[in-house]
Amino acid sequence: MSNEQIKGSSIPDRRNGSIARIIASWEFLLLGVAILIFFLNVQASPYFLDPWNLSDATFNFTEKAMIAFAMAMVIIAGEIDLSVASIIALVSTCMGFAVQLGADTTTLIIVALVVGALCGAFNGFLVAGLGLPSIVVTIGTLSLFRGIAYIILGDKAYSGYPTDFAYFGQGYVWWVITFEMVLFVVLAIMFYVLLHRTSFGRSVYAIGNNPTAALFSGIRVPRVKFILFVLTGVLSAIAAICLTSRLGSTRPSIAVGWELEIVTMVVLGGVSILGGSGKILGVAIAAVVMGMVTFGLGLLNVPGIVMSIFVGLLLIGVIALPILLRRFRARLVTSTGR
Amino acid sequence: MSKQHPQKQDAILSLDAIIKDFPGVRALSEVSLQLYPGSVTALIGENGAGKSTVVKILTGIYQPDGGQIVIDGTPTRLATPHRAAQLGITAIHQETVLFDDLSVAENIFIGHAPKTRWGLVDWSAMNANAQSLLDRIGAPISPKARLRDLGIANKHLVAIARALSIDARVVIMDEPTAALSHKEIQELYLLVEQLKADGKAILFISHKFDEIFQIADYFTVFRDGQPAGEGLISDTNSSALVEMMVGRSVDGVFPPRANELGETIMRVEGYSHPTEFDDISFSLKRGEILGFYGLVGAGRSECMHALFGITRPSAGTMVINNKTVVPTSPADAIAHGLVYVPEDRGGQGAITALPIVDNIALASLTSTSNKGFVKMAKEYALAREYTQRLELKAAALDQNVSELSGGNQQKVVIAKWLATRPAVIILDEPTKGIDIGSKAAVHAFMRELAAQGLAVIMVSSEIPEIIGMSDRIIVMREGRRVAQVSGEVVTPEILVKAAAGIDEANAA
Repeated sequence: MSNEQIKGSSIPDRRNGSIARIIASWEFLLLGVAILIFFLNVQASPYFLDPWNLSDATFNFTEKAMIAFAMAMVIIAGEIDLSVASIIALVSTCMGFAVQLGADTTTLIIVALVVGALCGAFNGFLVAGLGLPSIVVTIGTLSLFRGIAYIILGDKAYSGYPTDFAYFGQGYVWWVITFEMVLFVVLAIMFYVLLHRTSFGRSVYAIGNNPTAALFSGIRVPRVKFILFVLTGVLSAIAAICLTSRLGSTRPSIAVGWELEIVTMVVLGGVSILGGSGKILGVAIAAVVMGMVTFGLGLLNVPGIVMSIFVGLLLIGVIALPILLRRFRARLVTSTGR
Repeated sequence: MSKQHPQKQDAILSLDAIIKDFPGVRALSEVSLQLYPGSVTALIGENGAGKSTVVKILTGIYQPDGGQIVIDGTPTRLATPHRAAQLGITAIHQETVLFDDLSVAENIFIGHAPKTRWGLVDWSAMNANAQSLLDRIGAPISPKARLRDLGIANKHLVAIARALSIDARVVIMDEPTAALSHKEIQELYLLVEQLKADGKAILFISHKFDEIFQIADYFTVFRDGQPAGEGLISDTNSSALVEMMVGRSVDGVFPPRANELGETIMRVEGYSHPTEFDDISFSLKRGEILGFYGLVGAGRSECMHALFGITRPSAGTMVINNKTVVPTSPADAIAHGLVYVPEDRGGQGAITALPIVDNIALASLTSTSNKGFVKMAKEYALAREYTQRLELKAAALDQNVSELSGGNQQKVVIAKWLATRPAVIILDEPTKGIDIGSKAAVHAFMRELAAQGLAVIMVSSEIPEIIGMSDRIIVMREGRRVAQVSGEVVTPEILVKAAAGIDEANAA
């Protein structure tokens, strides 16, 4: 036991060296990576710094990031939801179907949110209600939800969305600031508050670290997990609204493979894939990093397959780095004997 | 029994002055143990006396911090479990460590399966060898059966067959009868006799005195990780062993009992569970400490889990604060003023990867938040109040619980529960595995809580603790309440006999 331990009556609230800990934090490291990539992009392409180009670049991550915030909470709670991209497909298909029936924009949004929430509730029921492993459940619903979209739509496409519906994916709030960008920031703040400032967020961390101790502490574990899956469904629906609005049409293959990019974003953001730790700020920065990488490589005319190689390497590196760092630090601690 | 006083040089294996330290606790302090060929040595001690640590040292899982292990007269290092197995040391554990989804033959030969000349597993040889081993011990099991489908008694037989298959010379049996029926125990005794006849040295760990007297030749007693006696079983009797186990220092170290008890706050009637416990009834007054004593597996923790709403009882009612409740979840129990400090501190009590302050506030989130939004100042105030009362030692309240010693972790868990302002607190083995200093602090604090009118239920397997702390003690055996003793008249003998089911007539 170290000597710095003090008698119980005078335990300080917080340890010293909070600045040192901020610098050593994952978010700070990510911010450095973001800045580095920004400058590499500036060097690489003269077109990068153009405000309209930068504005376009945000579409690379905003829709995925919305889901990533909810996914971060699911992963922190020790679960995973791989069905998100299929929820987008089903939501988008249902909106397209509603358009054929003459629905207006408000109805479309209600349809989207209800379908998304129902998909999430279905996942949540299987995971929290029946106690099935989420990775299996959501691999199943990944096929199921998109399968339903294919049945409804076949190889056709829906289009003919109302003109005011285009605002969500194509509209600008001010100058180059898109509606999606604003939504991204608002959702980041909302999820920051939800995860870090509410008792619900506290429960999520407790469940992810030790579900038994959380249950023993009076946390209603199944209820929290159910809510998390519904929340992910709703956020997938919001992303589906933005994406459908941006594309102006729906095909059943919409957003294929997004679930893995979203999980990558969450893990890159410093959320432990084993659950229990991670911050919303990290996920937000990771979203920007991934968006800029994709955009920068696009400007350099790097083919898509090379891009996916790069994203893959990034993910492995990001998962390995903290583990190696921890081992290195542990060795340092034991060799100096504290 | 024709055993002579043992000569140390005859031992196959002996431990000399073994020391083992864990952070903050000395688990073994210069203990010695000898195992002789063709003999059974009983290792006796309370929970936490260091028996399991010895087993882990003998099987190469732990390395001793001092002393030496001598095998056949040569000092030897058991660096890995594999090395221990090579030297012929094998263990049959309380909950047998085998592979549920493999066949019986695979379990027996895992790690040393017979090979064909292509280097592949020779299944027919393996099954045939397994069959002959099983026949030798008279086990009615097919080598091809899946282990999962066997009962606990047959799993033990598989473990014994495994011990024979590696030609073990030292067989460690760690409470092998804990989950067996009377008939199965008798069969196990026969097998032990057979192993003795084969010249194996057997280390037999048990809480049950009747079986120790039936099959052991020698005994070694540990108390708090220290040697407390050894000798020939034929030279001793159960009260002498109990005295060695618990020592004479039961009085004096515990804070004095409270004088007055308040009104009845909790009444439990006929709590039953299909398999774990049956017809448990008791009542509890404000300011009272009620002890639950029994052997491991007597159903005490399971009963507490049902009271706390983790499992559902099949029958029974509970009245707290004049309200009849059968909690359906821990959240429910907490709302009615009943809290439970679990035995498994790391697994069920603390969330060690989170800070102290988060842990303490975890069960009080409704009172430290406003419309769902956490008030950090309130959380810190709560944490400060209870860490001061429990004299927690830590660098800061935002330090992770994993960085604290076992005793301080336990204080954090207790603080979490007290912060909910309960009426009844259940403490399950509250001082298991924590150092003496923290033990005393927890004991003093329990008294203080009782004096403030809290009703305390303490589940403990440590005899000095349960005698020193309890106003009243309920003894459970095999899921039933078998005795209730007032704290003023209780003796270690009464508890040990009631828990082990020794009736007065045949106790030596």
